[in-house]
Amino acid sequence: MPYKRISKAVGIVALAALALTACSPAADTAHTDKVSSDPTKIITAYSNEPQNPLLPADTNEDYGSRVIELLFEGLRAYDPEGKPINALAESIETVDAQNWIIKVKRGSRFTNGEEITAKTFIESWNFAALSTNYQSNASFFESIDGYAAVSAVRTTTGTDETTMTVPAPTAQTMSGLVLKDDHTFSVKLSQPEADWSLRLGYSAFFPLPSAAIRDPKTYGENPIGNGPYKFAKEGSWVHDESLSLVRNDAYDGPRKAKNGGVTFKFYTEPGPAYIDLQSDNLDLSDTLPSNALRTYKADFQDRYAAKPVALNATLIIPPYNPNFQGEAGKLRRQALSQAINREEICTIIFNGTCTPAKEFTAPVLDGYTEKIPGNEVLNFDPTRARDLWAQADKIKPYDASRPLQIASNTDGGNKEWVDAVANGFKNNLGIPAETQPFAKFAELLDRRKARSLPGLTRTGWNGDYPSLYNFLGPVWGTGGPANYEKFSYPEFDQLLQEGLRSKETSEANAKFNKAQEVLFRELPGLPLWYTNRPIVWSNNVLSAETGWNGAILYHNVSAK
Amino acid sequence: MIRYLLRRLLQTIPVLIGTTLLVYYMVFALPGDPIAALFRDKQPPQSVIDDLRNQYHLDEPFWIQYGAFLVNLLTLNLGNDFTQQPVASTLARIFPVTAMLAVEALIIQAVFGVTFGLIAGLRRGRVFDSTVLVVSLIVIAIPTFVLGFVFQLVFGVRLGWAKPTVGANADWAALVLPATVLGLASFAYVLRLTRASVIENKKADYVLTASAKGLSGPRLVLTHILRNSMIPVVTYLGANLGSLMGGAVVIEGIFNVPGVGNKLYQAVLRGEGPTVVIIVSVLVLVFVVANLLVDLLYAWLDPRIRYDK
Repeated sequence: MPYKRISKAVGIVALAALALTACSPAADTAHTDKVSSDPTKIITAYSNEPQNPLLPADTNEDYGSRVIELLFEGLRAYDPEGKPINALAESIETVDAQNWIIKVKRGSRFTNGEEITAKTFIESWNFAALSTNYQSNASFFESIDGYAAVSAVRTTTGTDETTMTVPAPTAQTMSGLVLKDDHTFSVKLSQPEADWSLRLGYSAFFPLPSAAIRDPKTYGENPIGNGPYKFAKEGSWVHDESLSLVRNDAYDGPRKAKNGGVTFKFYTEPGPAYIDLQSDNLDLSDTLPSNALRTYKADFQDRYAAKPVALNATLIIPPYNPNFQGEAGKLRRQALSQAINREEICTIIFNGTCTPAKEFTAPVLDGYTEKIPGNEVLNFDPTRARDLWAQADKIKPYDASRPLQIASNTDGGNKEWVDAVANGFKNNLGIPAETQPFAKFAELLDRRKARSLPGLTRTGWNGDYPSLYNFLGPVWGTGGPANYEKFSYPEFDQLLQEGLRSKETSEANAKFNKAQEVLFRELPGLPLWYTNRPIVWSNNVLSAETGWNGAILYHNVSAK
Repeated sequence: MIRYLLRRLLQTIPVLIGTTLLVYYMVFALPGDPIAALFRDKQPPQSVIDDLRNQYHLDEPFWIQYGAFLVNLLTLNLGNDFTQQPVASTLARIFPVTAMLAVEALIIQAVFGVTFGLIAGLRRGRVFDSTVLVVSLIVIAIPTFVLGFVFQLVFGVRLGWAKPTVGANADWAALVLPATVLGLASFAYVLRLTRASVIENKKADYVLTASAKGLSGPRLVLTHILRNSMIPVVTYLGANLGSLMGGAVVIEGIFNVPGVGNKLYQAVLRGEGPTVVIIVSVLVLVFVVANLLVDLLYAWLDPRIRYDK
């Protein structure tokens, strides 16, 4: 996931913005009660056109996700700190982390009156995972026994070497999902996974009414859900203009709405939205134009918040660059890391909207620690950096025929900080370094997939669900979906697997942090910082806050 | 007349093919796989990507892609855009908005430009004339987007006379601010054209004759001076309608108008070839038709002009 939008808060993105969450802490409520809040008031919020028809398992970009999160309620929900709590689930039990028994609360209904039972979940999950349904979040079901059969594909190679992958499922349902009675079902995973139940608050696992499975495309235009909000009416989604939700009074879960509804107003650029916020024509935004990062505190006085979110930024060092291979390469990677003044960049360029990284995940996660052995390599120390660089040169001289390039897409305003990092390398290591700009993210992604970037690459990761594993496995694990550079460290993979198989979360987290030690030893990428995402609100709003993943907790916004 | 019209309409066919080919190729040549970019770092299963690539013919070479696009266009099957919305209904939604914006801007610049230009031309060298000349020079010098931001801040935020952005429910009233900014840029040209033309015609033989015969007041000014001064102005206004619609990209961005410009901008960013080309084609058509109308208006303004020969 791109770093750009949250850091510089600009542009179109497609991040998974996951679960919105549960009730706010009591202290917050006390504060807002001083001025009487109007629970029927409809608030307006910044957004843009969702990319797909609104189906939970087919939505993984920001603008669709924020609507899905409000329309649906899953087995679990996340509280603002990212702690999962049971929502539709009465209980989720396991003895061996492989076989799970899930009891669904009785009496929950979709807004069309359809009851939500254990069967609803089995049908919804089978629908999401089956490859002929082309759901983009299908891989979230990969841990479940039988996923391989429903997700099977056939790849054909054309005359001109192009390949085409088409679905070829060998089963229609996952064998790991078994209905026990009306409100109980069991899930068998293909191997034990301690953190599996953490995922159940993610939108891919939301229940679907039968209408959605019958005709997903039509349903996606006017979705019927079971969450704290519902569509104001048929056709509430006015394409390219707005999408209106109203409170679902029948909802009885942990995320009860404190306002009468949310109308998402669509903006192609955050600039006009900022103007609207200043003149109270828009109530709430999590996306500020980059030039407002310097002024938003003054412009909005006490009407802003900036909390750390589950999003980090990293510079990848491609293993195919000869300068960074072998023992000399390892020393050089450390030198680069210590030549970056993270503190200064966060203060001066980001105006405090980021915090220097201490490890590879994010501080909002359970199990996060700043005390991972080896992380002193993240401290700014130009003398030591130069020293390490000199040592490396003794082993194998540095090929400085081309400047060290830092590849970054610039459509999200990354240029300033990338330039600063390049200048840091120039000044502190005495090597030529420069930004390698890409006008579009797509271009950079293509080059990463083709493994043809000569220097460092900017990247970042936004968590899907609040777990250390989600920040480590997909990004650095062998064969991980975002591991485009094909890093592979058997010891790291081994520790991750051990973590997944642990029965206790604390035990699992210890393994995951142990795995991070391997990353610090090898340093395939340089952790840079964690994002604090600023949000601002108008005079019509009393208070607002973001959840663990940086999404605004719309249900918790009280208006006046 | 009919033959002239037909010939002009036939000329639009090569123009359309040329522009679509060029624009389609430019979008095609944009680096990066647009489907992969849709999902950024959260890539879906490969079969989902391949299905989309297949649906939009992205896995085909350029000529097949373009051919498929032309066939779809001719059979009026505009297909879906990357957000799975039918392009036809998108067009039906966005074009009226931008047309409204452009027409409103055109009316603003025509009314103010011609009126001020006429007065300035009639009172050449007086205070009004000099003031108008200086002001119009300043307006020409300021880039449209600067004017846009200033108007938005002053009238939208500080004074609160109008909503600073348009958003949903774009109607004539909501579009006043962006239309004024859009119109102002060419308002100065209309004014200067009218003024120069009026000054020239004031000294024309027929005007001298008319006033020698004792004609004066509104009839002399409107029928003899203004009507004959309108030919260059009408040419300019007609040609301008097309650029007003196309030029709305910047203004629509600043004022968040859900029109052609904003959609085009997003489609370019997403590398959506077909959508970009369809929008551009319609813009080209508007441009061509506007120019045709201007040419036909000549005959009415100046009976000396004849088409069939």
